Amino acid sequence: MTVLKIDGLTQYFSGLCALSDFNIKLKAGELVGLIGPNGAGKTTVFNLVSGFYQPTKGDIFFLDQPIDGLKPHQVTSRGVARTFQNIRLWNEMTVLENIMLAQHASLGYGIRDLFFRTGRYQRREQKIRNLAMELLEIFKLTELAEEKPKNLSYGLQRKVEIARALSSRPQLLLLDEPAAGLPSQDVVELIELIHWIHREFKIAIWMIEHQMKVVMSLCSRITVIDFGVVIAEGTPEEIQHHPGVIKAYLGDDQL
Amino acid sequence: MIKQKLTVPITLLALLMTVMLLAQYEVIDLYIQTIILFVGINIIISSSLNLVNGHMGEFSCGHAGFIAVGAYVSSVLSVALFAQDRIFGAPLLPPQYAFIGFPLVLLAGGIAAAFAGLLVALPSFKTRGDYLAIITIAANYIIITLIINIDKIGGARGFMGMKRVIFAMEDVAEIPWMILWVFIFTVLSIIAIRRFVSSTYGKGIIAIQQDEVAAEIMSVNTNKMKLIAFMLSSGLAGIAGGLYAHVIGYVNPKSFDILKSTEALVMVYLGGMGSITGSILSAILFTLLLELLRPLQIIKWVAIPLLLIILMQFRPEGIMGNRELADIFPRLKKFYRFK
Repeated sequence: MTVLKIDGLTQYFSGLCALSDFNIKLKAGELVGLIGPNGAGKTTVFNLVSGFYQPTKGDIFFLDQPIDGLKPHQVTSRGVARTFQNIRLWNEMTVLENIMLAQHASLGYGIRDLFFRTGRYQRREQKIRNLAMELLEIFKLTELAEEKPKNLSYGLQRKVEIARALSSRPQLLLLDEPAAGLPSQDVVELIELIHWIHREFKIAIWMIEHQMKVVMSLCSRITVIDFGVVIAEGTPEEIQHHPGVIKAYLGDDQL
Repeated sequence: MIKQKLTVPITLLALLMTVMLLAQYEVIDLYIQTIILFVGINIIISSSLNLVNGHMGEFSCGHAGFIAVGAYVSSVLSVALFAQDRIFGAPLLPPQYAFIGFPLVLLAGGIAAAFAGLLVALPSFKTRGDYLAIITIAANYIIITLIINIDKIGGARGFMGMKRVIFAMEDVAEIPWMILWVFIFTVLSIIAIRRFVSSTYGKGIIAIQQDEVAAEIMSVNTNKMKLIAFMLSSGLAGIAGGLYAHVIGYVNPKSFDILKSTEALVMVYLGGMGSITGSILSAILFTLLLELLRPLQIIKWVAIPLLLIILMQFRPEGIMGNRELADIFPRLKKFYRFK
């Protein structure tokens, strides 16, 4: 089953070509990497998929339904969740509230229920809270439920952000440089975490990452882009020895 | 558990009964009664503006415009329906029904104000921060200018006759009606706001305040939430306006200009952004302060902005910050639950 299919995705920013004719297919349960030098257009791809930009050209299909043209919150409620390169948690709310709020699209009660505190409101809020607590428990974050994210370490914030993304029960998780800014011992932990999420939640994961150790040990398939163009595709083995990739990363004179 | 559930309702009820009895037997004179009524009205004004400026983090400085819409719509309706009037002629309904009709008229004013809120809510989809603040000022001016130019409701001269509606209620039962209505609508407004921002649904606006991009990507329909918050805020402001008009018995477009909006802003910042109990406390303090400074006349508009400058310098987060009373005094949680 194809989870995500991108056809000829092209993006111009006032004349500047950020992405040109990008194609990919992600099957259910795959863990795929997207790498490339700074400014190559990796985050642009994610922003296009999650609905922040409208593509200049090309189509994006999620579970065979077109999702280009949808607003970000609509894309998320279809089942695509993402994290950000710079962590974007709601810092003044508790960890639990952060996780609960990510279910905003599937609350199942209306304004009237909210003002009159109906039975439906009580039941749904309780259910959302329980689901959030369950998630915190399997992430071993239970004792941090009432903490504010701003008081947590960077590594823990990263973990909470990933848990929050999973709280909307996505079919596809986009991770934008999850290892960015993490000390090396935390990176090992992160690799285990992503590996475990992939096994436990059985969802497709697509990640952007700079640290080769992370991509090479996790992804079954890697796409490399440079200046908005795909320069290589294949298994970690193939990518490591691809002359174009080495050139893009190290420059001509290093060869 | 029972203590937690009943303390607040019993206290409120006792407060209402005391004030009503004191007013009934004229222990407190009309001046003190009016101040008490203004306290209630200002609580609605500050806590409803706080919903937008504090909880949602947008900067609205045109709140008085929505107060004006509520004041005029409910005044015109109540005078036309329940009082003999120069412009509208004989009352459309028998005046003895005024005491039933009055809350409905107030609600109608609130609904009209909520729709006037669209004037700010729709631009907020694309605009935020300073630019939206300018739009809110513009909305305030549009509303005031429209009212001035409708001659049928008095134009710049203002509109009166609401006292006759109060008299019609007093003909049915000789009690201080306005104290009752202001009290009921203040309590209902606070309950509505509190229920909204404590639900996961309503916390969507707090998510917008803290990180709008994250809110949108975590499935919060930010446009819809902004629409609801602005309409709820301006709707409650409209109810406050209706009460204000009936307490004074007279409305004038000039009393809803940017100065009135500034008063509302001062209350929100004095109390603390995003704190409901802060808004209540600051509304009480501010109303009393305005009365204490009354002998200064126009100089009070030097004193109050000065207070704001001092506040911003030394305690920019306001009296309560973004905390509630029960966060500062955890023992209060035994008596009431902030949910």
